[in-house]
Amino acid sequence: MQPRHGWISTVLTHPRKLLVFFLIIWGALGAGVTQLVFNGDYRVYFENDDPHKVAFEAIQTDFNKSENLSFLIVPESGTVYQPETFRLLYQLTEAAWQTPLSNRVESLANYQYSYADNDDLVVTDLIGADAVSDNDIAWVRRAATSTPEVAGRLIADDGRAAMVNVTVQLPDGDPTAAVSRITAFARTLQKEYSTQFPNHTIMLTGVVVLNNAFSEAAQRDASTLIPLMFVIIAAMLAVLVRSVFAAFATLLVVFASIGMTMGLAGWAGLYLSTATVNVPTLVTTLAVADCIHIIVTTRLMLQGGMEKATALQAAVRQNLKPILITSITTAIGFLMLNFAAVPVLADLGNLTALGVMIACVLSLTVLPVLLLLMPFKRPRASQKTAGFFDTTGKLVVRHHRRILPYSALLMVLAVVYAFNNTLNDVVVDYFDSSTTFRQAVDTKSDYMGGMATINFVVDTEEEYGIANPATLQKIAVFTRWLRDRDEVNHVLSFSDTQKRLNQNMNNDDPNAYSLPREQDLASQYMLLYEMSLPYGLDLNNQINMDKSALRLVVSLDNLGSKELISLEQEARKFFKKLAPELTLRAASPALMFAHIGERNMQSMVAGTLLALVLISFLIVFALRSWRLGLVSLLTNLIPAAVGFGIWGLISGEINMALSVVLSMTLGIIVDDSVHFLTKYQAARQSGKDAAAAVRHTFSTVGVALATTTVVLSAGFAVLILSSFLLNADMGLLTVIIIVAALIIDLLFLPAFLMWLDNQASQHKQGDFT
Amino acid sequence: MTGRSRLLLPLLAVWGMLLAGSAHADAASEEAGLKVAKERKARDQGWDNSVAETLMILRNAQGQESTRDMRVKTLEVDGDGDKALTIFDSPRDVSGTAFLSISHTTDADEQWIYLPALKRVKRIASRNKSGPFMASEFAFEDLTSFEVEKYSYDLLREETYEEMPVYVLEQKPQDEFSGYSRQVLWIDKQHYRVHRVDFYDKKGELLKTLEFEDYKLFKDTYWRPMTSLMYNVQTRKSTDLITKSLEFGVGLEDSDFDKNSLRRAR
Repeated sequence: MQPRHGWISTVLTHPRKLLVFFLIIWGALGAGVTQLVFNGDYRVYFENDDPHKVAFEAIQTDFNKSENLSFLIVPESGTVYQPETFRLLYQLTEAAWQTPLSNRVESLANYQYSYADNDDLVVTDLIGADAVSDNDIAWVRRAATSTPEVAGRLIADDGRAAMVNVTVQLPDGDPTAAVSRITAFARTLQKEYSTQFPNHTIMLTGVVVLNNAFSEAAQRDASTLIPLMFVIIAAMLAVLVRSVFAAFATLLVVFASIGMTMGLAGWAGLYLSTATVNVPTLVTTLAVADCIHIIVTTRLMLQGGMEKATALQAAVRQNLKPILITSITTAIGFLMLNFAAVPVLADLGNLTALGVMIACVLSLTVLPVLLLLMPFKRPRASQKTAGFFDTTGKLVVRHHRRILPYSALLMVLAVVYAFNNTLNDVVVDYFDSSTTFRQAVDTKSDYMGGMATINFVVDTEEEYGIANPATLQKIAVFTRWLRDRDEVNHVLSFSDTQKRLNQNMNNDDPNAYSLPREQDLASQYMLLYEMSLPYGLDLNNQINMDKSALRLVVSLDNLGSKELISLEQEARKFFKKLAPELTLRAASPALMFAHIGERNMQSMVAGTLLALVLISFLIVFALRSWRLGLVSLLTNLIPAAVGFGIWGLISGEINMALSVVLSMTLGIIVDDSVHFLTKYQAARQSGKDAAAAVRHTFSTVGVALATTTVVLSAGFAVLILSSFLLNADMGLLTVIIIVAALIIDLLFLPAFLMWLDNQASQHKQGDFT
Repeated sequence: MTGRSRLLLPLLAVWGMLLAGSAHADAASEEAGLKVAKERKARDQGWDNSVAETLMILRNAQGQESTRDMRVKTLEVDGDGDKALTIFDSPRDVSGTAFLSISHTTDADEQWIYLPALKRVKRIASRNKSGPFMASEFAFEDLTSFEVEKYSYDLLREETYEEMPVYVLEQKPQDEFSGYSRQVLWIDKQHYRVHRVDFYDKKGELLKTLEFEDYKLFKDTYWRPMTSLMYNVQTRKSTDLITKSLEFGVGLEDSDFDKNSLRRAR
């Protein structure tokens, strides 16, 4: 026995002491989990000085907050203009004021419509308590269709659907609890009014419902699919290594790694976010891989006739170097996430790095001890799988000249298709059509357009500046420009209200539907209208306190991040030309996410690619071989390229979750190539030629690599069942990449190594290494 | 009897009393509340008319400010709500705009506004009483005169507020168009001056808090706060109403408070 590995025999001679020590540490660290709080706030994705966050918060300060919840009402009869629907709208609008944290409720029923009555300006609700006569309905229809603030926003242009829109003021900090309270209340109303008005479909949409759908989807998967994933991983493991106890020991190591990591996170005062909840999954992949290497090697040794304790020692000795290299390089790779634009991704990286190292230590100490204490016997007849890898190894050696060009061609193809992918986040696409949220969004799309909005704020930087006729004129032009765009469904613009007031003040003369020509007149119209509005329907959502800035609320189709950003930029360009003296600000949660998503996806993908390159350089040092390091660079990058190539074929859209997949699979990709290369190098150093070394490597690590891949693929495949497409896509792409990594490492890598060695021996006639 | 139940019974009794005291306004506390409200009104009768110069400071959640200057002429009306004429001096765009409000004890208030740019008087519907006055945190109904008939009352408790013995009075608006479900007032026992009001919105959540400060005595009888601070708890916006000058008995009469007087108001 090599003296430098003396520790493992010490460990194996005092197994119970080690186990007690392990349980104490697990308990102490794991207890930190109780300190963890979940923060579902989307703002965790942004740094405090993020320009888009700052812009959005400035708008939230100047105008009332715009987080909303909407009731979409679709009457079966095909028209809202009927007594029954009017009653529903009136009653639901009243009831919606009881929504927790609400401070504004808007609908066709309570829209503050103005008209002239002799010399008076009447400002009134569109639908009164029992105003459902034919005359009333005809009057409302006329008013609604001729008022751009109503048509297309509170009622569909064709009158087939209507909205009751509730604005809520979410608390600072974590809004998760408030969001679920608000949604629960809205659902009660939805149920109540659906039974009371049976000929109507009532659905819920809006930012609050979206937030709620997010946390509900995440929780649903966390309580069903994730446990199922662990069950499948354990079951597959038990079948493949033919030992329930080995599977149990692996699961124990996995849970301990996760428990200690998350516990440390808790003690360190970190919080759980929608990003850091991925840490357990990431840690799982490498912990499983580490354990499988030890288990499979031990089994091989046992089959070779070794005694159990000796077999375990030998397995640890053989795998120590590759497991250490894989873990350390992967950890360093994850630490790279500290350079990502998003603060929570740094937490994700640090925690995963920590978890990977914990898994490394546990798989080298606790796992052998568990296997020693548990009945992990020599398997009876299991030469089949090993025999399969022997044969495959021989086939690869024989056909390596043919494999190389074919695989090279496939890879080039994959890379070409990888360029098919575009980074694009369409938030509502995260939910598949079986979810009620997606159904509501799709129904709303059919009748009234999507749920994305952008706030454009025109800032004059002087008191009452928005009453300036020239400014108002430009705002009207900008409004028209926005309305002319295909992706824009509605623009709420105060220039329309000014026109109507001017008409009202001129005895409702339709020819006077135009902007007032003097500033003081515009200001006084505004004052008059403002003084006529009841609680919760004031103009502060459109006009700021000193009337220096005006907000346009633009409702859009359900655009992806790319289209959102391009609309924003074109609008800015148009406005700059139109009104160089005015400032235009644009912000909304959708836009914030579009920007952060773009930046985040770029930094995530670039960061992970960079990490893979860095890891390859570390492998150069670890294996003390330039050549093998460079080879590992290829085998590390190609699986990602192939994975994304296949993704480019089947989908082509990469969202925020998919950009995480690369870092998720990073550990496995590196594990595959490191283990193959170390064993290959060891074989070469022991004097075997390239062909013999490849055959040897196949028979030693082939089983382990294949087992890891099958086990993890089966586990991640469970996620494909999720109705939360974010998780489903993530599961699918992970499976694609780790399978691709295995195939590449078992076919391309050996062929490439043999080709390289042949080249080298032809040129140098010298030794490799 | 076991030790536990011996402890439990008195606890239950106390709990029951607390429940009764808080949840159910009994006839006695309602009666007491009405008495406080009537006394408050009685202490403030006979001042006839006044004119004030007032500064309104609007503040958003970030603390950015915007100001409005105005003059308020007020006429006491026996047996009905008061009349008030407000003339805006700034911001410039609305300078010269005059607002007349004739409040009634039970009927809807009447409101007119004169717009100098249009040179016309317009009537404003009364549904707006819950709405903001000049985009401030004050609603119209917070600024109209106090009339006993506008609310139902319940004396919640008596306590000490800023070292003064006070009544804590709950009042519920009788008008369906009010923006509030209830208000809680702190009224000192010595002069029946209101020191603080908590406003609760229609869903029962605390909406705003109003504090009256710098009370001054006029004509040896009438107390008026020189500063009113309204803070919106939900939006964290606030409005200060500062009385720069106040004069009583300036010879105003009924004819100064009609539609025609609006045009003349300067």
